Formats: sequence, structure tokens, C-alpha cells
Amino acid sequence: MTSASAPSPAGTRESLRRRRPRYGEAVIKGVLLVAALVSVATTVGIVASLLPPTLRFFERVGVWEFVTGTTWSALFNPPSYGVLPLVGATLLITLIAIVVAVPLGLAAAIYLSEYAHPRTRKVFKPVLEVLAGIPTVVYGFFALAALTPLLQDHWPFGEGPEVFNALSAGLVMGVMIIPTVASMSEDAMTAVPSSLRQGAYALGSTRRLVAIRVVVPAALSGIVAAIVLAISRAVGETMIVAIASGNKPSLTWDPLQGMQTMTGYIAQAGEGDLPTSSFDYTTIFAVGLLLFLLTFVMNAFSIRLVRKYREVYE
Amino acid sequence: MTVTVRKTPITAALQGRRRPLEPAFRVVLLASLAIAVVFLGILLAYVVSEGWGRLDSRLWTNFPSKLYPERAGAQSAIVGTVYIIGLTGAFCVPIGVMTAIYLEEYASREHWWNRLIELNIQNLAAVPSIVYGILGLGVLARGLDLGRTLITAALTLSLLVLPVVIIAAREAIRAVPGSIRQGSLALGATQWQTIWRQVLPAAVPGIATGTILALSRAIGEAAPLLLLGAVTHITFNPESVTDAYTVLPIQIFNWIKQPEAEFHTLASAAIVILLAILLLMNSVAIWLRNRYEKRG
Amino acid sequence: MQITPYDPNREPPGLADPVFQVSDLSVFYGDYEAVRDVTMSIGHRQITAMIGPSGCGKSTVLRCFNRMNDLIPGARVNGKIAYHGEDLYGDHVDPIEVRHRIGMVFQKPNPFPKSIYDNIAYGPRVNGVRRGLDDIVEEALHQAALWDEVKDKLKDSALALSGGQQQRLCIARTIAVKPEVILMDEPCSALDPIATAKIEDLMHNLAQQYTIVIVTHNMQQAARVSDRTAFLTADVDKAGVRHGRLVEYDLTSQIFTTPQDERTEAYITGRFG
Repeated sequence: MTSASAPSPAGTRESLRRRRPRYGEAVIKGVLLVAALVSVATTVGIVASLLPPTLRFFERVGVWEFVTGTTWSALFNPPSYGVLPLVGATLLITLIAIVVAVPLGLAAAIYLSEYAHPRTRKVFKPVLEVLAGIPTVVYGFFALAALTPLLQDHWPFGEGPEVFNALSAGLVMGVMIIPTVASMSEDAMTAVPSSLRQGAYALGSTRRLVAIRVVVPAALSGIVAAIVLAISRAVGETMIVAIASGNKPSLTWDPLQGMQTMTGYIAQAGEGDLPTSSFDYTTIFAVGLLLFLLTFVMNAFSIRLVRKYREVYE
Repeated sequence: MTVTVRKTPITAALQGRRRPLEPAFRVVLLASLAIAVVFLGILLAYVVSEGWGRLDSRLWTNFPSKLYPERAGAQSAIVGTVYIIGLTGAFCVPIGVMTAIYLEEYASREHWWNRLIELNIQNLAAVPSIVYGILGLGVLARGLDLGRTLITAALTLSLLVLPVVIIAAREAIRAVPGSIRQGSLALGATQWQTIWRQVLPAAVPGIATGTILALSRAIGEAAPLLLLGAVTHITFNPESVTDAYTVLPIQIFNWIKQPEAEFHTLASAAIVILLAILLLMNSVAIWLRNRYEKRG
Repeated sequence: MQITPYDPNREPPGLADPVFQVSDLSVFYGDYEAVRDVTMSIGHRQITAMIGPSGCGKSTVLRCFNRMNDLIPGARVNGKIAYHGEDLYGDHVDPIEVRHRIGMVFQKPNPFPKSIYDNIAYGPRVNGVRRGLDDIVEEALHQAALWDEVKDKLKDSALALSGGQQQRLCIARTIAVKPEVILMDEPCSALDPIATAKIEDLMHNLAQQYTIVIVTHNMQQAARVSDRTAFLTADVDKAGVRHGRLVEYDLTSQIFTTPQDERTEAYITGRFG
């Protein structure tokens, strides 16, 4: 340690100090952070747009009345603000969609992840992407104009579905969310380490057993996340139900009837240019808040599950 | 050449047992995929065959009409859609790419606010589109008094597809090898110089692909615009961002709601145009992706 | 087993005016102490090699010399590295300025996906140089013994070059910034023997102008090119955690003929590592 402070040969060597200030770097980072905050502001904006009118709504309608009431006729006289018919219709149509999408989507995911040649994947993956990219107004049109007449003509038992019905909307919506179920489940299955599969093959398992007993259980949290997200998408889907299931709120489990979902009501009420000060205007937001909360809980749950399996395998 | 294998007890034991479930399972899986493919095929065939007869110049030279289906066209809707693509892209691409840069290159996950921003974006990606319509209605149209105009619609759709753009841009930025960043920093470049001159140019094709796909989602989106005035009967092309407007999916929705069969034919024809625009954009995206993958 | 503790006072002559003085350097990644108590000096315009088995922390130490470790979240340095007497990790020090003076060449050639010319001109450009770029590029390519091979295709993509050419391009790119020190992190490990020989020749020439620190797992390479050699190895502590340590540092001729430490001898005679 003799020469630590000895003069360097250059004598006047410049220090390693910053030669000129670089404010730009900090400014840029600040600007980027502001851009990132736009998405936070979006969430804040959603809540801020939903809450005040909703509070105004609940000044007049009791929360209990809203949640348990069995008649929804917000825009008619006498008005009634029981949200159950809207929720019931949403659940029924979602249920039909899930019954279609989960088996088909899961089977597609298992095939793509465990069976398909890379070349076969190259054919099927774009098909799923196209399916996911078709505007929902097109799905709605297909349900109303093609599927419903088909069901009416070939209905095997008794009276067929009405012109507007939950069944067509649910079936078509099911196809619409197949890509969500399939691609997220496939991601989860692909993330399962191949050592697990090889272990099972070494014990003499067949490909089917490996898929069902090893891959699916190992990918379960990802698959559940996919299904939950698909449910959330079905609950939030608007155009298919607005077109194919009608605008008549009714509390029924009969899928052949027309019914109105939460999104369907928001679309119908929002279409008319309701004055901001009117009470009817607030109903959009009350139903909207309920929809937002329902989907928010499901999305948060799904995101958590995905993070969990990523932590395990990555 | 034939080889005869005599069946000794040992070779017999190595021959597989019959497992009828194996091929059956495979067939079931493949059939499930086939259902999706067939559905897509039928849907496209139906729309094209329904709309084919009405797919002529009236569609893009005439304006909508509620009374005369034979005279009705979708010019204002097509023009509105083009405006929406441009404006939405102009809003959401810069913000989305800047957010992606921030999250990938600057944000330390040790800070809670960065984790919150990330979580928030994931969640926004799954918020129902009609809720964005409510946001547009409550905050933009009424709160900021922008009214039911093109600018309100474009801003709302920008917020709607922003998470998609961010996620795509992040993936593109993440795909730029770390060795490029290290090489740049080791030469005494600052972090921003490294991002601006090395990372972004390398990520542009990926960002462009993701952005086009996000915009094509905005084009097909109708639900939020129902709340934002697009349903009104529009028989003129928008000339400024504060004009009333309509777009293709909404015009299609309006025609679907008419009881007359002619309007359904018209809707089918307009759907073909909408799908053609989407196909065009997706082809560009796929072309970009392939070109990029070959080079990389 | 006889272990001779490293004695900094037994340093061989020729380090009167060192470029770097490392004292009691420890490097942490989070709570993990990757390297422990390294003390050594790097001579001016010499080639110093760091050898040792993989995981001994030689690259980690190298990356402290131009503060590339700063870029790894959770990385932290204890002890001191002085660059011409100035604390490299002092509060006033600008890592960007450090990297202007202390360049680095990486294990895998990492040319930018740009033209050959733009690769070389990048460093000067980000430092604000606008004029005379052509001359800088030509000189750097000359110094890196690459000019004759690429002078007719400066506008071509650097990615079209062979691996060895790419690595010399990366060296040229580093030279173009006019650094004082060039750090090389296993620069030949991805190259074939002929390309390796070219880079070794190049290092001999560069040593007349630059101070070079090279990390290598190739002992012959260290013996061929370097003036001094540091041997590092990894100790396993009671908890079973590995920590890199400097075992011996001496003139290369000494290390390879009469190593003082048993472990060095075992390594260079190929008995472990």
C-alpha cells in the first residue's frame, strides 16, 4: 500500500467525475414513468367514473333491494331495480359458454402441447388466433342469423328457442372463448418440465396417461387460471348478448328464452343519450360497478394463479 | 427384403398390448380442435355467401339509410373506422411503448409501485370492454365534456388496447439480447443512449407486429362505442376529431337490429369488408414477424 | 495440505505505478458473497491474466473494474478498487465516465446488428464525437488488425463476419473510444484455434498502448500472452457455500514454473479444475 496516493504518470489525469451534467437521463426516466402511470390513471378513472353515479343510485335504491330484487325494469314505469334477472342471465349464458369452451379448449390445449407435430401446431395455432380476432359483433350476428334459425328448425323436443335466446348466445360465446382457454392452458402445460413426463414414460405410462395424470395435474393452476379468465371474458362480453339474447330482463333458467345480461343492459341504456342528471343515467353505472367488481375479482384470482405456477416452474 | 422374426416368448412380451384407448383419446382431442376449425369455416362461409350479392360499390360510396336498404352504404362507417385506426394508434403506441421501456429497462421490481403498475396492466387487459365505454362516457364525454365525438372514441379505444400494446412491446424489448445492452454500456453509452440507439431499433419489428394486432382489436370493438354515440345515424364523413362519427362494427350492429332481411344481407356484406380490413392488417403483422424471425 | 496465504507485500517489482489497486475486495449478489478479500494490483501497459476453475469469481472481479456489476440488481462491492489512486466506487464517480476509460470485450462476440462502420463509430458517437469519424474507424480497425479484411465492406452488416472477425470488431469498437484499459472476459472461448491465435497476437500489439486484463480458463493462453497471472479458486465454507478467493498472484513465469501454493500447482499441472 505504498503507492496509493502517488501521482499518476499523466500528472493531470482527469477525475472520473461526471464531465457534464446529464439531466436528460433523469427527465426521460420521469417522462417514461408518467407514461406508465397512464395505465394506473385508467384504473383510477374507471373507479372514479363508476362511484359517484352509483352512490347517487343507492341514495334512492337500497343495496338490499338491488341485490335481491327479482324484477329489473329500470327504464319503464313503474321502475324496479332488482338486479337478479341481469345477473341470472349473465350466469346462465356464461355457464353455457363454459360448458362449450372448457372441454373443447382443454382438449385442444392437450393436443397442441402433448401430441401435435410442430407442423400441425403451425396450422392450428393461427386458426385459434383468427378465432380470437373475429369481432364479437360478427359472432353475435352469426348466433342470431344462422344458429338460432338452425336450432328452431331442428329442435327435437317441443317448442324451439325464441328469436332472441340465451342458448345461441351462449353456444357462440363458448366458441369465442375457446382460444382463451386453449392458449393459456397450453402455456401452462408447456411450462411443465419434460423431466416429469420422462419419469412417467420410464415407468411405462402411455402418452394419454402422461397427459391426464402428469401434465394436466402439474399444470392445474394454469388451467384453472385460464378457465377463470375465460369466465370473466364471458361475463364481460357485450355484443353477442346484445344481438342474440335480446333486451328483455327476465329471471329464468330456460335457455330458450330471451333475456338481458348486465352488459346487455349497459349497452341498451347507454345507447340512448340519457341526460347526466337523470336517475336512469345512474343505473348504467350501478350495473357497471357490479360487473367491474365481479370481473375484477376473477381476473385478480387468475393472475395470482398464473404467477404461482410461473414461480414453481421458471 | 423381408425379415422374419420368430416369436419367442421374449419378443412376444415386448410387443405392445392393445390399447384401444390411446388412439381413441387422440381422435377425441383432434376432433375438439376440428370443431373450432369447422366452426370458423362455417362462420366465414355463411357471412361471405350471405353478403356476396351485396358486395358492390354502393357499400363504400353510399351513406347509411334506415329506409332504403338497396341504396344504403357504409361510407361514413368505413371512413370513421380509418380515422379511429389512425387516432388510436397515435395515442396508444407512444404511451404503450414508453410504458414498456419503463417497465423493462428502468423499473426495479423491488419497489412496490413498479409491481403495482405491472399488476394493474395485467388486470386492465382483462377488464370488460364495455367498462371502458363507461369510463369514456363518465370521464371523457361527460366529465371532460368532449362529447360523443371521434376524439372520445379514439381515446377510449386507446385506453382499451393500451395493455395489449404494452404487453407486446415488453415482449419485443425483452427479446433484444442482453449482450447488446452490455456492449453498448461498456462503450460508455448512457442507459437512454443504449435504449434509443440499440434496444429500440432492434425491437421495432416486434413492437410493430404487436401494435398492429392491438389496433385490429380496436377496429373490431363495438361495445364501448355503443355508449359513446356511434349508434347515431351518421350520413356524413367526419371532418374533424370533434365530429360525430360511426364505425363499421357499429354500422353492422345497427343493420343487424333491423328486422328486414335486406339489412341482414347488408350487414353480411359490411362484415366481409370488416374482416377483409382485419385480414389485411394481420397479414402485414405476420409478414413483419416472419421477416424479423428470419433475420434474427 | 500446505496453504501459503497470499502476501501482498511479496509483490514482484514493476508495480510501482499500478493502474488498479484492489484491496480486500468482496463482491456480493444479494446476501451471497461471490468473491472474498481479493487484493492485487494491475500494472500499467501490462497484460494481466486471471485464471481459475469456473465459478471462482474471476469474471466477477473483472466486471468490478469498469463497474459493469452495477447493472446486476443486488450486486454490491466491499473493499476498495483504486484507479490511479481514485476510488472507483467513490460517490462522485460516474460509471459512464469509468466505462469510457476502461473498455470491455465479452466472452461471446456481441457486435450490434448494424454495419461494421456503425459498430466502430457507435462509441465515439455516444461520447459526442461528430467529426473525423472516418479516421477513427479506420485507425481502430487497423489497430485491431481487421482493416484489410473489411475495408471494402464497411457498410455491410457486422453480423455477416466470422466469429473471430466479430471478436476483433468488438476489440476495434472498444479501441475507438480510446480507453486506457481493455478488460477481456474469456474473449476466445467461442473461437477456433486460428481465430484465437490472431487475437492473442493482437493482444501483444495492443499491450504497447493499453493495459489489458484478461480472464481466461485456458492456462496455455494465460502463459502465452500475459505478464502477470492471478490464480483464483473457490473455497467451500462450513455452510457449503462457495466463495471465490485469490490464491496466488505473481509474474506469469513464476506462476507457471514455481508456484508457491499447492492449489496453484495442482491447477496448472491439470490435477483439478
